[in-house]
Amino acid sequence: MKKYWQVINIGIQNTLVYRVNFLFRVLFGFIPLVALLSMWRVIYQGRETSVAGYTLAQMVSYYLIMTVVDALTAVNEDDWQIAADIKDGQISQFLLKPIDYLAYRFCLFTAGRLIYAAVATLPVAGLILYYREAFVLPPDLATFGWFALSVVMTALLQFFISYTMALLAFWVLEVSTFIFIVFAFEYIAGGHLFPVDILPPAVLDVLYLTPFPYQLFFPVQIYLGRATGAELYQGMAVQAAWVIVAFLLARFVWSRGIRRYSAVGG
Amino acid sequence: MRGSEFKVQSSKSAVAPATSQRDGVQGEARRTPAFVRYATIYAALWKNSVAREMGFKVNFLLWIVVELLWFALQLTFMAVVYQHTDHIGDWTKWEVVLLVGASHFIQQVFQAFFLTNVTQLSELVRTGRLDFMLLLPVNTRFIVSARQVDLGGFVNAGSAAVVMVYALVRLGIVPGAAQIAGFLSLVVAGVLIHYSLMFLLASVSFWTVRAQGIVWGYYSLFNVARLPDEAVGGFFKVFFTFAVPMLLVANVPARLLADKLNSPFQMLLVVVMCLACQAAAELGWRFALRHYTSASS
Repeated sequence: MKKYWQVINIGIQNTLVYRVNFLFRVLFGFIPLVALLSMWRVIYQGRETSVAGYTLAQMVSYYLIMTVVDALTAVNEDDWQIAADIKDGQISQFLLKPIDYLAYRFCLFTAGRLIYAAVATLPVAGLILYYREAFVLPPDLATFGWFALSVVMTALLQFFISYTMALLAFWVLEVSTFIFIVFAFEYIAGGHLFPVDILPPAVLDVLYLTPFPYQLFFPVQIYLGRATGAELYQGMAVQAAWVIVAFLLARFVWSRGIRRYSAVGG
Repeated sequence: MRGSEFKVQSSKSAVAPATSQRDGVQGEARRTPAFVRYATIYAALWKNSVAREMGFKVNFLLWIVVELLWFALQLTFMAVVYQHTDHIGDWTKWEVVLLVGASHFIQQVFQAFFLTNVTQLSELVRTGRLDFMLLLPVNTRFIVSARQVDLGGFVNAGSAAVVMVYALVRLGIVPGAAQIAGFLSLVVAGVLIHYSLMFLLASVSFWTVRAQGIVWGYYSLFNVARLPDEAVGGFFKVFFTFAVPMLLVANVPARLLADKLNSPFQMLLVVVMCLACQAAAELGWRFALRHYTSASS
């Protein structure tokens, strides 16, 4: 276990080497969010009714909580690095060491998220303060507990899916197109752009058959108190199932890929 | 190092004296007009890019699919928003589709000519390969900015044009020749604004070494460019109009096509901001280059 703590430590230090770069990345990421929130404000102006059951306050809270969850769980550069490791033959050294590549990568992912969340705390706090009238807290402590648990599962799901996608590098030279295609679906069906339940019900039913809503949207729903009772438990179960499926898939693809691996340049 | 790079910089249009001395073509090269010389070089770079792209045909096509998908995604977002409202400020649904199309068009043309090159600048600095660029007997900024052309960008700009035409049909607008000419000029201005601002940001890599985060950060501003200008207000609007003219780049050309310009002054503002950005980028580049310390040697 100790060696993996070392990996987390290394991951943190690696991220901090280029801190200006990192800070800019975080800060720039918030600009479109401010613009989107402002756009929703304009849309709500002069209308009495809510949008698909969201009041303006709930809509603003949705985007803010979504941003927090995203900061805690989104895969940043891990998939590119994994693909590069495979392409350049760097992965050979992990095959020779008593270290599990998936666990190693997960530690780096965790380290990256910790730093990102730490850096993002300030701008997010600023935004929440700015929108404090619209910002809502979870209805009760139990809800917050479920939310936290769901966020952890979201992170696992995000990581396993990205890891599996990156392993495609065993088969194809250039994986970035595939990663971007999957990311596009995650982006819209996961709720980055808008809460997915403002979509027509028929579309929403289809979306719930995919893992995408569980990659971001679901924990936010819990936080806002929009998933309760049976819906909550069922959702948690489905999310857990997706995590397990994604994990098994990651292991399976790795074991197939490693057989094809030819250690280019190694 | 410093001296020679300065020489290359200052000999903007003429030949670099040091390199061409040993071959006999010096005199000949001096007589060739700068424009012709740069056009020849640029043509060679194009040829090179085409060859490069055709080496990975499947990948080339897949990138077009990726861009199409993201474009469709932006349009879907607006379609969903307009299910719940019928206007954002004074923008109606098909006007916003026109706006998203115009924004995508400008972004793709920018991507075709500049994006790859600008994002690679920080790598050139980090690895010290910029040395080789500085030694070439051409303007360094030209060679750094124009090395590669991304042909997929033109295909994607085509898809954006199709969407714009469809939106115009739905709006029942047939733009006149003057409008189209104005639109195309604004597109050029918009592309140059994106280029110079991103180039300015990439120049920061001379200090921070890795600037990809900064450069890709700018990329997220494209999300602002395709929103209707009336969706935002206050300081945000002022900043993204007069400091970083993101809200002008696509909004003004879309307004021109949709016959909803507030005043002709808006078009003038785009041109003025474009020139200001050019000046800022050139000054920033010169300042940054003076701080270049080669990494590899």
